[in-house]
Amino acid sequence: MRKGLTLLLVALLAVTLTVAGCSSNTPAPAGEEKLKVGFIYIGPVGDAGWTYAHDQGRQYLEKELDVETIIQESVPEDQQSEKVMKDMIDQGAKVIFATSYGYMDHVVNVAKEYPDIIFLHCSGDKIGDNYANYFGSIEEPRYLSGIVAGLKTQNDTIGYVAAFDYPEVIRGINAFTLGVRSVNPDAVVKVKWTNTWFDPAKEKAAAVALLDEGVDIIAQHQDTAGPQVAAEERGVWSVGYNTDMSKMAPKSYMTAPLWNWGMYYVKTVKEIQEGTWKPEAYWGTLKDGFVDLAPLTDIAPAEAQAAVDKVQDQMKAGTFDVFAGPIKDQNGKEMVPAGSTVSIGDQLGMKWFVEGVEGKIGQ
Amino acid sequence: MITVAFLKAAIIAGTPLLFATLGEIITEKAGNLNLGVEGMMLMGAVIGFQMGYSSNSPLLALIFAALAGGIGAFIYAFLTVSLRANQVVSGLALTIFGTGFAGFVGQKLVGLKMTDEFNDFFRELKIPGLGDIPYFGEILFNHDMFVYLGFITAIILGLYLYKTGRGLNLRAVGENPAAADAASVRITRYKYIHILIGGALCGLGGAYLSLVYVPVWQENITAGRGWIAVALVIFSAWNPYRAIFGAYLFGGLDIIGFRLQGTGIAISQYVFDMVPYVVTIIILVIVSLRKDKRNAPPKSLGEPYFREER
Repeated sequence: MRKGLTLLLVALLAVTLTVAGCSSNTPAPAGEEKLKVGFIYIGPVGDAGWTYAHDQGRQYLEKELDVETIIQESVPEDQQSEKVMKDMIDQGAKVIFATSYGYMDHVVNVAKEYPDIIFLHCSGDKIGDNYANYFGSIEEPRYLSGIVAGLKTQNDTIGYVAAFDYPEVIRGINAFTLGVRSVNPDAVVKVKWTNTWFDPAKEKAAAVALLDEGVDIIAQHQDTAGPQVAAEERGVWSVGYNTDMSKMAPKSYMTAPLWNWGMYYVKTVKEIQEGTWKPEAYWGTLKDGFVDLAPLTDIAPAEAQAAVDKVQDQMKAGTFDVFAGPIKDQNGKEMVPAGSTVSIGDQLGMKWFVEGVEGKIGQ
Repeated sequence: MITVAFLKAAIIAGTPLLFATLGEIITEKAGNLNLGVEGMMLMGAVIGFQMGYSSNSPLLALIFAALAGGIGAFIYAFLTVSLRANQVVSGLALTIFGTGFAGFVGQKLVGLKMTDEFNDFFRELKIPGLGDIPYFGEILFNHDMFVYLGFITAIILGLYLYKTGRGLNLRAVGENPAAADAASVRITRYKYIHILIGGALCGLGGAYLSLVYVPVWQENITAGRGWIAVALVIFSAWNPYRAIFGAYLFGGLDIIGFRLQGTGIAISQYVFDMVPYVVTIIILVIVSLRKDKRNAPPKSLGEPYFREER
């Protein structure tokens, strides 16, 4: 009931925010019409996480290119999203970015109806004449943040507050743990599921539960800064996600894996303006600058920068693979033999934990 | 020690629920069902944060959080008491309004943080003597001042309702406004005052989240806790003392899943998320089967009062 009502309210709120949410810039002078780009967000821009990062990307796009953008916040992942897309097209949008997984089928539906409009969908796998998708390997910066955490931990136990046991999240935990154990083979990573992307109080409570079990570093795959605050209050350390969270926890935050959506938005819109755009499944990497590690703060251990740089350089050169074997699973069974790796396809369906993770999938 | 830490965390998680529940109890005791709890909590949370950030004064932040909740409640009171509008619809409208209002005001507050000085005001205070009792001292008497405040408010509210003349009048207004009117109790004034106090308490409950628990502003920070509070009112049978126990119990259920993960007891958090509502429904069933007057809702709850229809 609580979830249902929340959803209902979010939906109603989305409607009320339509007016406030549509930023209208000064109209372009007659004769030369600006390209209009629409953005559909799953949460409010004020979430300080996922949607906030996308909106930073949108602002970067506006700054870099001569385009006009319109946004819609808190759009539910159902029929409603099709209405929002059509509404944006009515307003003159020629390009639409849908920034959450659940919009996928709706994007395809609308794209087929409007062949002249270009649709780009985040984190999905559908592709056609006028629609494509984009995502990237956040696992690379997660691995690097694991190195920082592995060097910092005093008692070799690290906590990880995780949203849902989706492959995307599991992959991140595995990459982080591999990073931790590359510098600290004895360390373990304890995982707690919150079953929410966006409930700061609950996410903090999960971090507190981990801290009560004795972890001295908190990492997270959540859209709020709740876990960071818990680490700060206990005087231990933390690794953020999505955005630079140093302001939220200045005494504990060390670094965070980041998405750099703006770089992709500028690249894509530029191609569309120049008429060179072709549908592609864009998979951004550290090398492209699509994902990144936030600058290390003073709280990160002194030797971390050099250790991170070393691996980061290899990643940028394309010679480092996060999931290169040998990798054992939680129970010591060899999952990836030496000399082999996990294909992108298998990564997208990953449902097992690497050795060193304490936690259960399917809880 | 794990159990002690869990019980302590349960009390903290229950504190925003306690404030909101007390606020809704006093509102419903006046015969008004206000489903705007979530909205009033959010209004209190955002205004409290805004005020705390710009003034750096914890007291001002608390006062304005309470005022913001009170203003939300005033809108509701005007609609339902003066204009006699439908209470359910007015309450839902208030929730939607409060959510939008908080999102709008909060736009500029994202990513801001209170000063250390401000946060120090809400640090844990150990109560001398009591705080040193093994186990119990740590669980009950080693908290921030908000937790004690919730505890004290519940007791004051209980004394007010059951031990004072005004409390008796208030209950009469909620049970049988016509009779109370005949006994020259000012119905409209009673309803307004207690709905406003109720709103102020909800505002403080929201402020606990934005000022003390999370202490950063994030949109929709209450994440549905206002609805849990509405269920809690029924669970505690409109009794402030029972609300203390109920709020801490529901707070514990909110976080118990994290504590069980990794212990080998495999119960999904979703099950615990259901329990408060299931228990509330069971209690509703038991109460209506036993026709126990002490645990029943105020008789005129949800009905507008027309003096002319007496």
